[in-house]
Amino acid sequence: MIKFIAKRVAQALVVILLITCLTFLLMNLVPGGPFLSEKNPPPQVLAAMEAKYGLDKPVPVQLKNYIVHMVQGDFGVSLKMQKNRPVTTIIMEMFPVSAKVGVIALVGAVLIGVPIGCIAAYNRGNWIDSTLRVVTTLGVSIPGFVVATVLLIFLGSMWKLLPTMGLTSWQSYIMPCFSLAFYPMCYIGRLARSSMLDVINQEYIRTARAKGVPALSIVFKHALRNAFIPVLTYLGPLTAGILTGGFVVETVFNIPGLGRYFVQSIMNRDYPIIMGTTIFLAAFIVTMTLIVDILYKAVDPRIDLAKGGSK
Amino acid sequence: MDNNMRDKKLLEVKDLRVSFFTPVGEVKAVGGISYDLNYGEVMGIVGESGSGKSVEAYSIMGLLQSPGKVVGGSITFDGEDVLAKTAKEMQDFRGNSVSMIFQNPMTCLNPVYTIGNQLIEAVRCHKKVSKAEARAKAIEMLELVGINNPERRMSQYPHEFSGGMRQRVMIAMGLICDPKMLIADEPTTALDVTIQAQIIELMKDIQKKTQMAIVFITHNLGVVAEICDRVSVMYAGKIVEQGSVEDIFYRPQHPYTLGLLRSMPRVDAEEYERLIPIEGTPVDMLNPPAGCPFGPRCEHCMKICLRVEPPSINVAEGHTSACWLLVDEAKKKEATPNE
Amino acid sequence: MRIQKVFGFFPFPTWQMDVDAVLGQRDYKEDDFNLAEACEKENFIETKASLSYWQDAWRRLKKNKVAMVSLVIVILLLLFAFVGPLFFEHDYTTQVRGDENIDPSWQYPFGTDNLGRDLLVRTMFGTRISLIVGIAASLIVLVIGSTYGAISGYFGGRVDDVMMRLVELIYAIPDILVVLLLSTALKPALTDWFNTSDSALAGALSILGPSLIAIFIAFGLLYWVGMARIIRGQVLMLKEQEYVTAAKALGASSSRVIKRHLLPNCIGQIIVTTCLQIPAAIFLESFLSFLGVGVSAPLTSLGSMASDAIGGMYTYTYRLMNPAAILSVLILSLNLFGDGLRDALDPRLKK
Repeated sequence: MIKFIAKRVAQALVVILLITCLTFLLMNLVPGGPFLSEKNPPPQVLAAMEAKYGLDKPVPVQLKNYIVHMVQGDFGVSLKMQKNRPVTTIIMEMFPVSAKVGVIALVGAVLIGVPIGCIAAYNRGNWIDSTLRVVTTLGVSIPGFVVATVLLIFLGSMWKLLPTMGLTSWQSYIMPCFSLAFYPMCYIGRLARSSMLDVINQEYIRTARAKGVPALSIVFKHALRNAFIPVLTYLGPLTAGILTGGFVVETVFNIPGLGRYFVQSIMNRDYPIIMGTTIFLAAFIVTMTLIVDILYKAVDPRIDLAKGGSK
Repeated sequence: MDNNMRDKKLLEVKDLRVSFFTPVGEVKAVGGISYDLNYGEVMGIVGESGSGKSVEAYSIMGLLQSPGKVVGGSITFDGEDVLAKTAKEMQDFRGNSVSMIFQNPMTCLNPVYTIGNQLIEAVRCHKKVSKAEARAKAIEMLELVGINNPERRMSQYPHEFSGGMRQRVMIAMGLICDPKMLIADEPTTALDVTIQAQIIELMKDIQKKTQMAIVFITHNLGVVAEICDRVSVMYAGKIVEQGSVEDIFYRPQHPYTLGLLRSMPRVDAEEYERLIPIEGTPVDMLNPPAGCPFGPRCEHCMKICLRVEPPSINVAEGHTSACWLLVDEAKKKEATPNE
Repeated sequence: MRIQKVFGFFPFPTWQMDVDAVLGQRDYKEDDFNLAEACEKENFIETKASLSYWQDAWRRLKKNKVAMVSLVIVILLLLFAFVGPLFFEHDYTTQVRGDENIDPSWQYPFGTDNLGRDLLVRTMFGTRISLIVGIAASLIVLVIGSTYGAISGYFGGRVDDVMMRLVELIYAIPDILVVLLLSTALKPALTDWFNTSDSALAGALSILGPSLIAIFIAFGLLYWVGMARIIRGQVLMLKEQEYVTAAKALGASSSRVIKRHLLPNCIGQIIVTTCLQIPAAIFLESFLSFLGVGVSAPLTSLGSMASDAIGGMYTYTYRLMNPAAILSVLILSLNLFGDGLRDALDPRLKK
């Protein structure tokens, strides 16, 4: 087990490193480099950056310096939006806001999506199943910004049911969280349905019935645990989806989170923020995927530890 | 069990009909079969794929799933009408009075739970015993089926067992509640030949010890000869011949049975003897034609065979065959060869 | 006597009484107990004509009402996007002075924007761009992915190991972040290049805009891994199928095996995966356009039209709703049709 974890952690670190290099190199395509794109910085700022990153040295050296500082928790300072504030501070300030909305959305997506899938599978063929299938297919076809704006316009502005901006009261969480959770919820619903149908047709379910196991037990003990495995596998990409979905939702609902800030920083070309946020978010996603992979083993004993994961 | 029991009927299947209502039509999987099984008796049900042998077993267990439905006939077990049982009664019935084991041991066990868990579950859903008692019983059963180190094996997962071992576990699970009857649906088909022999030996042993009745479904006549007392030969959802093992092997009365026997490779065959296969293809169960379903493949097929379905004719005590060749008129025709 | 010889033993004992009675009641025809002719036996069996794989799949697809309706909708939208603008004299960039900010009317069914551009034509054009981007991106994925997957699966062993390692690595990279990065990084550099260079390539690419180029690069770098995995899985599985072994045993050459056995069985998956990739690509493009890193002016797509309309979202709601609705319907229909296609091509009824 330790071997397995160590191997996966090493893999995760490699990916994070790769992304860091990729990010840095891409940003260097910008004329003037990421730290100097603002023309004519004041001389003391220039001197400080010179000392930190060695701006006249070749790019790989700059990259090395950047990584060294990154590992110490220093992503540089914002150059445009909040001049001279450390990027790390900004991220730490903004992220919890996004995290709150994101976690609620994630939990909601799983808690609603899985039962929907199971109900559809149980009712296979009749109108309940058909309706749920249409709704979930609709849900994965409508882009997040459409859901968000539709909710905003109708529930927020036209019928004035819910607040439209920011995160002031608990009601103000409803629309953003729902917009964010809608796509994953429907995706999980579809996934759970097909997974449940697969499981129900397995021979070990027939064995359980032949043993005389009560129906409830068959559903919750035998079927659900097996059916949940593909859903668990999806949790990694799900985290990524919720984080990136947050960009749109925060923009539309004016939520002061990291996502909205990130989008703004792209438009304003505040490169240290762009780099820092990208690396931070990527690292977060990779870590979550790692945790899910480890949890996976707890649920499905068939996974070969030595080989380090199924796939 | 004393010999008195051996004469009492445990299972009575009368004119059982099962159909599958598919989008393309009604598939008459079982078209009216009847057989009896006494306590402690082993009945073999022989037929090719699609003959309906598994379907009728599922009907006894109540495991038939839509679009399959029992559309006629009756099943009586130990004096009770099985088809009239409620869902709760059936759940009691399965695994307790009658157990069933299946063909493919590789997929029959839930991969995410230990076999100990699954064995204990088999006990506790029928009998109110403590976990410790159930565990003890499970270990006892594992020993009975010949698994070494049963205590250690209890905490292992199915994927840590070989095919033959898994089938033994399945047998243990089937027997753990001391059922009066076991239905074995092609239990050795998916196993290597040597393992097959072991499993059959095991089943024979257990049958002798427990005097349990067995319905043994297979397409392998060799296995039938080993373990069965009586045999029913099925074709296209009907029983075409029924009798004791000796009747079927030494005095077959139906062209299909004869064909099966002829197409088996024999150890004592002459060097260049060819196997004689049965010509033709199995029947389309969606639109079964009138008349004897085996007709087109039968070398003795008469015009009446294509017109009317043959009745089941008593050939000897306990030996029946459904074939027009056995009727008076047919024999008269043969007596006067005028063509 | 013939019967006795075949069955090998002697006289039959008496019949059971009721069978006699039953038989007594039967009327036999004259020649009932003569042997049946071979032709009679053949007529007995109704054989159904067997269908080829594709005919069978097409038949199943036709039966699927949802898929057929979706197909019709997709075709209608294709007409809307490609044929629609031909009916108008003005195109999507024409600005009609004096006709700014008109609400939907007979003359302008979708209204006009603040520059006096006909929004119906713009929407048609936006649909066209969304579709083109979706299809182009899917083709990129198809070519790269299936080639990579087929090679990996066919050769197996160490080659497969190494190739799949790379796939896992790419899989782990969060795609949207990379796309955003790419477009941010490439925008200034490419814009410079477009402005200064004279080459035809620069000219052609400048129409697309730097962000769109970034999207295509991202697809080429990242999004093909799904297709590669599927194709590799198919090839690996098909290699082991018994009909492949049988074909080889009958003397078929490798190329014949691949052409007649492996490839046809892959085409189904290829078609389905590509077909489902298109709405995914459109989905992604709309998302990015909405954030401002998709198509850039003067080109417009459904996503960027929605993005433009955010400002006046409460007053000119229809400007947001129209492209959003068409986008949703487009993606939904493509998804439903892709689902139907997958059900039809997969012989194992896995509803």
